[in-house]
Amino acid sequence: MIVQPVLVTAAALFSLGIYGILVRRNAVMVLLSIELILNAVNINFIIFDSMLADSLMQGQIFTIFIITIAAAEVGIGLAIVLMLFRNRQTANINEFDLMKW
Amino acid sequence: MVKFDANLLAETELVYTDGGILAEFSWSLVVLPFVAALLITFIGKYLPYKGAEIALGTIALIFIYSVSLMFIHITEGVASEFFVNVGSIGQFDIEFGWVVDGLSIMMYFVVGTVALLVFIYATNYMEGEIRYTFFFTSLTLFAGSMLVLVSSPTLIQILIGWELVGVCSYLLIGHYWEKKDNSSAAMKAFITNKIADIGLMIGIIILALNTGTLRISEILYQSTHDYEKLSKVAFAAAILLFIGAMGKSAQFPLHVWLPDAMAGPTPVSALMHAATMVTAGVYLLARMFPFYKSMAPEALDIVMLFGVITLLGAGLIAIVQDDLKKVLAYSTVSQLGYMVAAIGSGAYTAALFHLWTHAFFKALLFLGAGSVIHAVHSNSMLEMGGLRKVMPKTFTTFIIGTVALAGLPPFAGFFSKDEILASFNHEGETTFFFIAVLGAFITAFYMTRAVSLTFLGEYRGHGHPHESHNMMTTPLLTLAVFAIASGWVNIPGVYTGFTDWVTTRKTKIVEYHPESFDLFALSSGLIAGLLGIGLGYYLYQLQGSAETGDDKIKIQPVWTVLENKYYLDHFYFRFIIDPIKINISKAVDKFNTNVIDRFINGVGQIASLLGGIVYNNLDQNGIDRFLNMSSSGTDSFGGRVKLLQTGRTQQYLMLFLGGVVTISLLILFII
Amino acid sequence: MEIYEIVTYFTLLLLLFSAARVVTTSNVIHAAISLVFTLALTATLFLLLSTQFVALVLVLVYIGAVIVLFLFGVMITRAPLGKNAELDNDKNKLIGATISGAIFLLFSYILINGFDGEIVITSGSSTELLGEILLSRFVFPFEIVSFVLLAALIGGITLARKDEALVDEDQV
Repeated sequence: MIVQPVLVTAAALFSLGIYGILVRRNAVMVLLSIELILNAVNINFIIFDSMLADSLMQGQIFTIFIITIAAAEVGIGLAIVLMLFRNRQTANINEFDLMKW
Repeated sequence: MVKFDANLLAETELVYTDGGILAEFSWSLVVLPFVAALLITFIGKYLPYKGAEIALGTIALIFIYSVSLMFIHITEGVASEFFVNVGSIGQFDIEFGWVVDGLSIMMYFVVGTVALLVFIYATNYMEGEIRYTFFFTSLTLFAGSMLVLVSSPTLIQILIGWELVGVCSYLLIGHYWEKKDNSSAAMKAFITNKIADIGLMIGIIILALNTGTLRISEILYQSTHDYEKLSKVAFAAAILLFIGAMGKSAQFPLHVWLPDAMAGPTPVSALMHAATMVTAGVYLLARMFPFYKSMAPEALDIVMLFGVITLLGAGLIAIVQDDLKKVLAYSTVSQLGYMVAAIGSGAYTAALFHLWTHAFFKALLFLGAGSVIHAVHSNSMLEMGGLRKVMPKTFTTFIIGTVALAGLPPFAGFFSKDEILASFNHEGETTFFFIAVLGAFITAFYMTRAVSLTFLGEYRGHGHPHESHNMMTTPLLTLAVFAIASGWVNIPGVYTGFTDWVTTRKTKIVEYHPESFDLFALSSGLIAGLLGIGLGYYLYQLQGSAETGDDKIKIQPVWTVLENKYYLDHFYFRFIIDPIKINISKAVDKFNTNVIDRFINGVGQIASLLGGIVYNNLDQNGIDRFLNMSSSGTDSFGGRVKLLQTGRTQQYLMLFLGGVVTISLLILFII
Repeated sequence: MEIYEIVTYFTLLLLLFSAARVVTTSNVIHAAISLVFTLALTATLFLLLSTQFVALVLVLVYIGAVIVLFLFGVMITRAPLGKNAELDNDKNKLIGATISGAIFLLFSYILINGFDGEIVITSGSSTELLGEILLSRFVFPFEIVSFVLLAALIGGITLARKDEALVDEDQV
């Protein structure tokens, strides 16, 4: 079986994630979209691992690391959203413009 | 002076060794304080003594290491350098490393000793003050930066150490930054130094480009062996390096920061602004001395001129100061003038010898002043007086420091000042010689004034001062021993060990050593000192109190000029700082409309005469409008560009990703 | 075409569909559930590629823990359940679609031109070998990642905890 269709699917997942980040208003939805991007990267790693038949299985090991880091990221990200929500009574990321000029 | 002396080609005849394992591990001298500073930052607050014990332990280790280095240096004569290559920029290898030779060992010892005593003193002096732990972090960091500077075998490391020292100085002067005066004093010190640093930086770039190396030893080798290569730029480089030295070593006209730097806590003043940091400039000149001597003797004349101006000018200001620390500050500037002038006259050892003795007795004086201020809670000498009865230890040690500074035998200052005077006399600089003697007289006079107002007579202040804690008086007593004995290491005709220490370097030092006492110089210096003390004692003790004493010597216009420090600060504020601070935007705009616009208009008019209506239209509607837009446009453009900064994450992301896509497309398909 | 390939392509199609649902649906809960489907299909894909361990980790960590976290987040921030027209920023839709479309084309172009090969399907489980490698050659990164997780744990607690002092300050 050839690899290109799977790779293109991963690319599509990645760009769907980007679309979500750019379009969604709710901060939790943005975090959700980030998960899509990470998942796309995971698929690519696994595909390349299978394709190269690497004896060290680095593709799989990296995927495990990415999943772990993603879990940490979600934990922190949601905590931050929670904190912002507590202070601003909203999860709309357009309202979080503290870095404005 | 000869331009290029064939004698300089001779290799050094001094025998030296590489110093063995002790020299090889001298990097720890530099690394230790930084590690300690990190430790104090992170765990200092939780320790029983709030981090002071780490600082003290580190500095004690440095002290012990420097003493052992000194010991092997005296017995064997060490001169070696070590390099660590960290990469390269173009043709230049960026190297760090450490030098172990007479000059740097002398500096290690001075920094180690004075820092150790000041640290001990500070643990008590700073007790209960805000940011106690942070204070020790910065103080340790400062010791480390100074060691980076003096251990430097490459110009790049000198620059790094130089800047680090400046930053630490900024932190420590502004220690009580809640008060506006203190933070602006810190800023003043930093900016004044920065201006000088630009000189140093350009000088280093010039030297590196023309020699193709950043190693000091190689630059010095080339400057004594390869006359052609450097001769064109030598004078410029020498002057630029001297401008750098002027900043750190507080030479006229860049000395203005040092008296203001007294806003910092007294241990800081003692360590940085008397004993170590301000000697950085002198150290740099000494390190580059063979270069100055063989390549740029004209620059040495300029160095000497500035040194002499400084020593006289600052000494005169010290007479009119009522703040005890400021008297000492101006005295420091004046003594630095002696050192720089000595380097300028070609007396390498004399300058370093004065640096050595001055570090000890000026640190002693500052710590003594700190002890007094701690007891009286005021800096003003008008609120002191009569303290000899209540603070006997401080009084005794302060007197020893004063006598050492005034240059009476057998105290340290006598020998070092005499060697400088003898060198002036030997070089035939008669005018400068007499100015230096006058400086010695002034020194003795203002120090006697300070002692009289502080310790003699009746107490004029409030409260009941008492003798300081043993933690503070012990360093004073130790430094007093140094103030007495540190001059005995270089007595002409008896023992000249010091000369051998500091001239044991890879590059030969050609200079004049007095073989025996120069009796003329010796007697003039001594008489000047005694006269100064006598006049001071007569005016401030036999004739009356603080106010009437000053009245006797007040020549009104001169006095006003001195009290305003020659109006140098006014000058800087009026002509440099205020214009930049307040007027620069207006000035640029004015320049734009009045000069550039008018110029363009003029061109347009001439062109209209020549080329007629078509050209005139082009000018009015094209160039002129363009220029008007450039003057007003900057502001409105800024106003519009800032709107991009919306604070919206998604918009930033869009711009970022759009950029990524565009650049990727460009790379993939076009380039 | 073998049955194996048909299953794989079908999985990929479903994957795309559910991923699209995640970013387009106007219902918060539906988005989260679609993400569950996406991840489950990814796990299926991993199983088809005979990387069983990773597939299991994905199911356990993502579907088991992360999605639950997301649902908590949705509920705590009181996102309106049910259809919500306010969920998307309509102004951004066009430009977002353009940028993500451009990125998709770019990636596809690079991936299709850059990689050409067959997927090697190994029969049997590689989990034992993976465990050995993870705890020998990659033990140092492994430890670091565990440290990162710990830091994230502490950070999450610190951030999300209701700070009493802070609440009081707000009320004043």
